This record gives sequence, C-alpha cells and structure tokens, in this order.
Amino acid sequence: MKKVTGISGFLAALLALAVSCKKSSTDGPGPKPTDNTPTPLQWTKPSYFPDPVYDLSKNPLTVEGVELGKFLFYDGILSRTDNIGCGTCHQQQAAFTHHGHDLSHGVDDQIGTRNAPSVQNMAWNTSFFWDGGVHDMDMVPPVPIQNKVEMDERVGNVIEKLKKTPVAGAAKQVDYPKMFKAAFGSDSITADRMMKALSQFMMTMVSATSRYDYFLKGDASALTAQEKDGLSVFKQKCASCHTGELFTDQKFRNNGLVPNRINDQGRYTITLNADDRLKFKVPSLRNVGLTAPYMHDGRFTTLEQVLDHYANDKPGSKDSIYVSPTLDPMLNVAGQKRGISLTSAEKQSIIAFLKTLNDDDFIKDKRFSDPGVGTSF
Amino acid sequence: MQTSFYRNYMMKRTFSWLSAWALASGLLMFSCSFPDEDDDTDPIETGTIQLQFDNIVGDKDLQLDSTRYMNAAGEDFTVSKLNYYISNIKLIKLDGGVFTVPQDSSYFLIREANKESQKLTIRNVLTGDYTGIEFTVGVDSIRSVMEPDSPGRKGILDIYTGPTNEEAMYWDWNPGYIFLKLEGSSDSATTANGKYYYHIGFFGGRTERTINNLRTVKLTFPGQKAIVTTSVVSNVLIQADIQKIFNGPTQLSIKKSSALMFTDSTKYVADNYAGMFNVKEIKIK
Repeated sequence: MKKVTGISGFLAALLALAVSCKKSSTDGPGPKPTDNTPTPLQWTKPSYFPDPVYDLSKNPLTVEGVELGKFLFYDGILSRTDNIGCGTCHQQQAAFTHHGHDLSHGVDDQIGTRNAPSVQNMAWNTSFFWDGGVHDMDMVPPVPIQNKVEMDERVGNVIEKLKKTPVAGAAKQVDYPKMFKAAFGSDSITADRMMKALSQFMMTMVSATSRYDYFLKGDASALTAQEKDGLSVFKQKCASCHTGELFTDQKFRNNGLVPNRINDQGRYTITLNADDRLKFKVPSLRNVGLTAPYMHDGRFTTLEQVLDHYANDKPGSKDSIYVSPTLDPMLNVAGQKRGISLTSAEKQSIIAFLKTLNDDDFIKDKRFSDPGVGTSF
Repeated sequence: MQTSFYRNYMMKRTFSWLSAWALASGLLMFSCSFPDEDDDTDPIETGTIQLQFDNIVGDKDLQLDSTRYMNAAGEDFTVSKLNYYISNIKLIKLDGGVFTVPQDSSYFLIREANKESQKLTIRNVLTGDYTGIEFTVGVDSIRSVMEPDSPGRKGILDIYTGPTNEEAMYWDWNPGYIFLKLEGSSDSATTANGKYYYHIGFFGGRTERTINNLRTVKLTFPGQKAIVTTSVVSNVLIQADIQKIFNGPTQLSIKKSSALMFTDSTKYVADNYAGMFNVKEIKIK
C-alpha cells in the first residue's frame, strides 16, 4: 500500500478517519439506501407447521422481491425457446403441477422422465425433486432451466436476456432491470439475485387454508363424518410416512412400484448407494386431490389406483408390490400379505379425507397467479 | 491468460461497488485499522510461474473433431470436447519444502477449445527452485459445498455465468462440478447419435457419502528445476495424454460404456486420467 506522506496527506487521512469512523457507527456494509429501498414483507408460519427449513434471514422477503420472483416464475424467457416458464409445468389450478401430464413436457415437445411435483410449502422442504438431489431452494431453478428436455437454457444466457429487457415491440413489456432495482436496490442483474427472487416468491406459496386446516384450528364441522373416519384410518395406516401437518417425513422410500422402461433408480442416481435404488422422496399430500397423475412417473391417474397399489388386493391380478432389496419394510411385513391392508370402505374414507386437503384459496390466490407473462399447454 | 477467480471477483466487485460510499468504507478500513508498519518491511520475495497444459493423444497434439484416433481396445474415436479443472496447486522444492498456491488463485478450467485457458499464470509464488508439482483434478469438496453466491464460488467456479456455465461443467440436479468432460464420436458407441460421453464428477457427497472422484496428481520435473525469482519466469509444460483416459490401470471400452456419468465405474476413468499427466519440459524466460 502506498504510504501517505506530508502534512496534507496526514490531514487528509485524519479527515477520512473522522468521517469514515463516524459513518461506521450507523451503517453496515451494503449499498447506500435510496428511494427505492424494497418494502419488507412479513412472512408468517402457520402455527401448527414446524419451523421453516429455508433460512429467511439470508434472503429477507420484500414486496418487490416477491413480485420480481413471480414474473420470473411465469416468464418463458427462462427457456431456450422463450415460451416455457416455471408456470408452464407448475400450474396454479393444479396446485402448481402439470395437469394431465404424467411426465414433464418441455421445449420442442420433448418429454422427460418424471412427473412435475407441486410447488407449495417450499419453505419446509429439506430436499427437492423426487431424488432429493438439491438441498437448497435457491439451487432449484437452474435444474429445470438447464435440463435439456425441460427449458434447455443456460442460466448465464437467461441473465443476458433479462438485461436486454424491455424488448422493443415485444408483446409483453417487462422491464427486468427496473424490477431488479426495485427488489434489490440496484439494477444489476445477477444469477444470485434471480434465484433469490424466485425463492422469495416460492416462499410465499404456503398452502394452509384447506378444510382440513379449518378442522385443525377447531372447526369440528369442517369435516364430514366420513372424512373424519378417513383421517383416523389415514393416521393408522398412512401417517408413518406421510407424517405431520405437511404429510411427509421427507425421507426416500421404495414403495414397491414395478420398474418400467424408464428404469428410474431414484435416489440412487444421487448417492450411487445400492441401498437407495428405486427410492423416491415421500411427497406431501397437501392438495393431493388436485395433483393427478401420481407417483414419480405419473403412472396412476386416480387416488383409487394409488390405494389399490398399496392395498395390493386386486383379485386375480399379479402382486402389485414389486419385491426388491430396498422395498420399504412397512410394505413387506413377515407373515402378512405385502402392502397395506385396507377395506373398500377404508379406501373410500381415506380418499374423502385426502380431498379435504385441497386448498381452494391457495389455487385461486391472485398473489400467486400469472401476472400476464405466462404460457400454458 | 486465465486469471484467478478471486481476481475476477474483485474486479467485478470493484465496478459494482464503485460508489462514494464504498470508497468511504475503504478509507474506513484503512484508517481505523492502523496497519502495522512491519507489513511494509516484509522481506519475502515472490515471482511468477507459468503452467502450460497441452492435451495430446499418444505423441501427437490433440485435434478436436477432425482427427480419428484408436484406443487400446481397438475402437476409433474423435474428441469433440475436453474440459477439466485443475486446482489446489502445490509446488515442491528439492528439499521437500512445499509452496501452496493461495486458494484464491488455485482454480482453473482447462478447455481444449480455448487456448488461453491452457496457460495458467500463477503470481506471488515464493522465489526458489522447484522440482515438482502437485494438483487436484477437479474441485474439492470445500468449494463444492460453499453457497453458490459466496465469493469463493465466483470467477471460474461461478456456476451461473462464465465458462463453467457455458460448458455445463456442473450438475445442478445433484450439485457438484464435473471434474472432467470428454465427448466425441466413435463407431463403437452404442448411443443413438454415435457419440460417447464421459462426465466425471462426485466429490464425496454433501448430505450423504458418495464416491469420491477427486484425484491428486504429483509430478516430478524431469532433470530440470523450475526457477522462480523476482525476474525469472519458468514455464512448465504439462502434457495430458488423452489415450490414457481409455488406457490406464483399467482399459475402457466405448462399446461397453458409451456414457459414463452417474455410475460407480466413473472411478476407473478418474484413476485413468490421474495418470495422464507428465511434465515435458521447463522453459526459463
């Protein structure tokens, strides 16, 4: 470092010292506050949910950040072909899944190998995707963006495209530099900010206003007698995996699905551990009545089919539970028929109960809706 | 010349923080910390060393796409892409002493299609006579599990922009760098498009233990020393023989494995390429 010499240098340094030391007592590191300081957004946890897993202190929600995240979520600019956004395969009316699609459907009509999972209550996820490969919400968006059969784009290129908005003559005039400035205080568009904004939006997507939630909060009339029966059977026979108020233990399990041509090895592809073969993440059952088709490959189109699989009771048909070394022990109890024993009435009541997890407010909430930049097919 | 990620990062930072406030806080750090005068009388002398990587096949310079080669299994192949990370560089002295290149300038992505990327310039090297080198092929677990927005993951390790993103040297669905990527065509390939793909990653796992394909390479300089002084720059030419990726301790067959990415067998590829490097010569400038 160059030495400051002479009286003038000394005085200048002294002045700088006085000014800067005083400043340090009030300001932390960060850009100078300006008129466009984003407005903090209060995030409240439903009282009966566990503490969130996502560290909101590293990415405090703001009105502008969430708004930016919503535009990014729906805008097809994230894809190579500029027409597939997150919202294309995560549609609100289907609790942010791809209604009618067993496997994900991406650019150039390409088909993936897994069913698009619901985007809801992301704040509580300990891992993401069917194989749990990603552990942090901020690292989720690049996966579909850079997947060849989903959005087939490079994040670096998305950033360049965002910087060039608004595009003259484009049908949708979105000014991302302006929105980034509103959300983060300066118009610098970076991947880190983009991921943070998307996370902010997805943090707000909390589903906790189903009829079941009203029942939990003390409204005994929110569920019918059959639904209450279903709840009690569910607790006995399903809740060891679909645990708690988020209805998942977040573990990876092999539920005995017969492998098909895709030959998806699930969690094994992440860990390369033979004990993880054919294991997939136990999904939350919130909004399950809206998210058909089911399973990691969307092989079942109705909840009846799902329960028939677990009950393993189709007369005359083959054993529906595929036996392999990693089959979940709860489906393979010694001395019992494989699967979970369920009567026909129990199945019906479980399904009646599961449908009380449908959250109409969540799927109609304008805060989560396409702001007019989305594409659906 | 490929600059270190830290250097790139600092440059970006400098531009984005070029405000009066940032300058003021810079002065604050200087003026309030009262740096010890002894810092200026540091007797340590440093110089520069260059590591020139040259990818070859057998005894010939590697040509992308245009040349068809034959591996030991008797299979023809071309190379359309070859990228690998070199990191955690250490220089070894005759007396066994080790100079560890500071972490902030010890990560590089060698790309066959980019000449500049093959020339590594390492500054602030302690002066002395070096007789060997050690480096990692890949990106260590510490960097791999850092938050993507942390300074240690910028520059060449930035997964969202720059060469790592452009070359897709990162698995985002199973977060981790792809240490080495080799692709090309072969009549023996069993893929629909006749291409083979070797993408070797896995740093040992974040939440659960996985295989670890990080490999450390230790090379001795052949009968020659790399001299580093304040004025003399040594240029160490390191050759990487692509044949050895197929033909090392384990002989690989493109027909048997046209794609090696997410399998245990990738460790054999890593073992093979760990042995593909040798120091050809040292030029003193």
